[in-house]
Amino acid sequence: MADTDIHRSVETVFRIEQARLIAGLTRMVRDVGLAEELAQDALVTALAEWPSSGVPDNPGAWLMAAARRRAIDRLRRAKMQERKHAEIGRDLDEGRDAVDQIDAALDDDIGDDLLNLIFIACHPVLSPDARVTLTLRLIAGLSIAEIARAFLTTEPTVAQRITRAKKTLQESGAAYEAPRGEERARRLTSVLEVIYLIFNEGYAATAGDDLIRADLCTEAQRLGRILTGIAPHEPEAFGLLALIEIQASRLKARVGPDGAAITLPEQNRALWDQLLIGRGLEALARAETLGGADGAYALQAAIAACHGRARTAADTDWRRIASLYDRLQEVIPSAVVDLNRAVAHSMAFGHEAGLALLAPLEQQEILRDYLPLPAAKGDFLYRAGRYAEARAAFEAAAALSRNAAERNFLLKRAAACGPARPVTLE
Amino acid sequence: MRVMVIVKATQDSENMGKPKAADLAEMGRFNDELRKAGVLLTADGLKPSSTGKRVAFDGAKRTVTDGPFAESRELVAGFWIWEVKDMAEAVEWVKRCLNPMPGPSEIEIRPIWEMSDFA
Repeated sequence: MADTDIHRSVETVFRIEQARLIAGLTRMVRDVGLAEELAQDALVTALAEWPSSGVPDNPGAWLMAAARRRAIDRLRRAKMQERKHAEIGRDLDEGRDAVDQIDAALDDDIGDDLLNLIFIACHPVLSPDARVTLTLRLIAGLSIAEIARAFLTTEPTVAQRITRAKKTLQESGAAYEAPRGEERARRLTSVLEVIYLIFNEGYAATAGDDLIRADLCTEAQRLGRILTGIAPHEPEAFGLLALIEIQASRLKARVGPDGAAITLPEQNRALWDQLLIGRGLEALARAETLGGADGAYALQAAIAACHGRARTAADTDWRRIASLYDRLQEVIPSAVVDLNRAVAHSMAFGHEAGLALLAPLEQQEILRDYLPLPAAKGDFLYRAGRYAEARAAFEAAAALSRNAAERNFLLKRAAACGPARPVTLE
Repeated sequence: MRVMVIVKATQDSENMGKPKAADLAEMGRFNDELRKAGVLLTADGLKPSSTGKRVAFDGAKRTVTDGPFAESRELVAGFWIWEVKDMAEAVEWVKRCLNPMPGPSEIEIRPIWEMSDFA
C-alpha cells in the first residue's frame, strides 16, 4: 500500500474506533479531555508506525494498547511529581497499582464504557447545546468543522463550547460515576433528549431556508442504533429509535422540488423509505416487548407507525392515532401534544371535534406565537367551509414563520380560501 | 451513505444445503459488532441459484429460465445494507468480516443512489 493509502486507512480505522477508545480511556483517567488527547496520541503513533509495520490484524486493539501505554506513562509521571519527596519504593508501588487498575478496567465490557461515555456527554451539568456538541464530537465522531457546518456556526464557537463542556465535567467530580437506579433512568432521559434534539435539528431546521439537513438526521439515527445496541434492555431507547427511523423514512417525500414542505396526506408514499419503516416497526415492537408501550417516545412512535403502515392517506387509522394522543397527553402533558391531539380528533371525528379541542388552547399564553396552532385552525375552518376565517388563520400562521418555504406554503393555503377582504400590506 | 455489501457465491455456497449453525453464529458475532457501531441496517442470505429463476427481456419478449446458473462468481449469496460515512469505512468493516466461504471468496461493496446524488 502507498503511504497515502495507509494514512487513509489509519484515519478510517481511527474514526471507527475513536468513540470506544475515548470511552475506555475515560474510565481509566476520568477526564474526557485527557482521554481524547491520549486517543489522538495513539493515532499519531499509528500514523508513524503503520506505514512501515503494516496495518495490524486487530487495529482497534492496537490503538487501545498504544493509548493505554501513554495513559500509564502519564499516570506514573503525575504520581512521581505529586510525591517526589516521598519514598521511592512507595512511588513504584503506587505506579504498579495504577497499572493493575487499568488492566482490570480494560477487561470489562467495552459496551459499558461506551454507554457511560454517552451518559457523560449528555450529563445534566452541561447545557443542552453543550450536550449535543459533545455527543456529536465524542460518540458520533464528527469533526469540529462538521459540527459547525451542521449548526450554521463557526468552528471557534464549537471548539470553545467543547472546551468549556470538558472543563465543566472536570469540575463536577461526580460526572464520571456510572449512574445507577433512578439516577440512571433520569440520565437516560437526558441521552434520549439529546439524540432527539439532534434529529429534530436536522428534520425541521429552525434557521435558514433549507428545510432538511439530512446529515444530522442520519447522525441521530446512528446514535439511536448504537444506543439500542449497547443498552438492549431499555424500552424507551427503542421507542426513540422507532420514532426517528419512521420519521426519517419520509425525508425524501416531505419537501417538494421548490423546497416547500409537503404535508403528510399529500406526500408521495412511494418515496417513503420502506427499509426505515420496517426498522422502525421492529424497534417499536421491541419497545413494547420490553414493557415500554406507554413510554413517551414509544407512544409517539406508535403514532408515526400508524402513518407508516397506511398505504394511502385515506387508509390512516385516525381513531387509533386519536386514542394514542389521548394516552400521550396523560404521559407527557403539554400544549403541543394537546394541539396535535386536536388535529387527530378532527381527522377521526370531524372538524367540529377538532375546533372544540382547539378553543381552550387558543387561550394559552404558551401557544400564543406557536405557528402550528393557527395553521391547524385554518385547516379545520377550511374543512368546515368557513373560508374567510380559514384565510385569516393561515395568514396569521404565515406571519409567524421564520422559514421561507413554509411561509410560501401557508400563503398558498390562504390564497386557496378565495378572495380576501381588503388587506393593507406594510 | 448507504452501501450494499454483496457476498459473492462460490461453488461451495451453490452446493450448500442449509447454513451450518457454527457459521451462522460466527456471522452473528460480526453482525452484532456492526449493530453496536450503528452500521447495520439489514442483512439476508440467499438460497443457492438452483432455487432461483431468471426472466430475460428482449423487446416485448419475456423468457423464464430455471436455476441453477453457471458462473458462480457472478452470483450473489447474500447481502447487507450498511449506513457508513464513506467507502473507506465500508472497506474497513468488510476487512473485519471472516471469510464467509470455506474457500477463496469475494465481497463487493456498491454505493446506493441517494437523494443528494440527484440534487
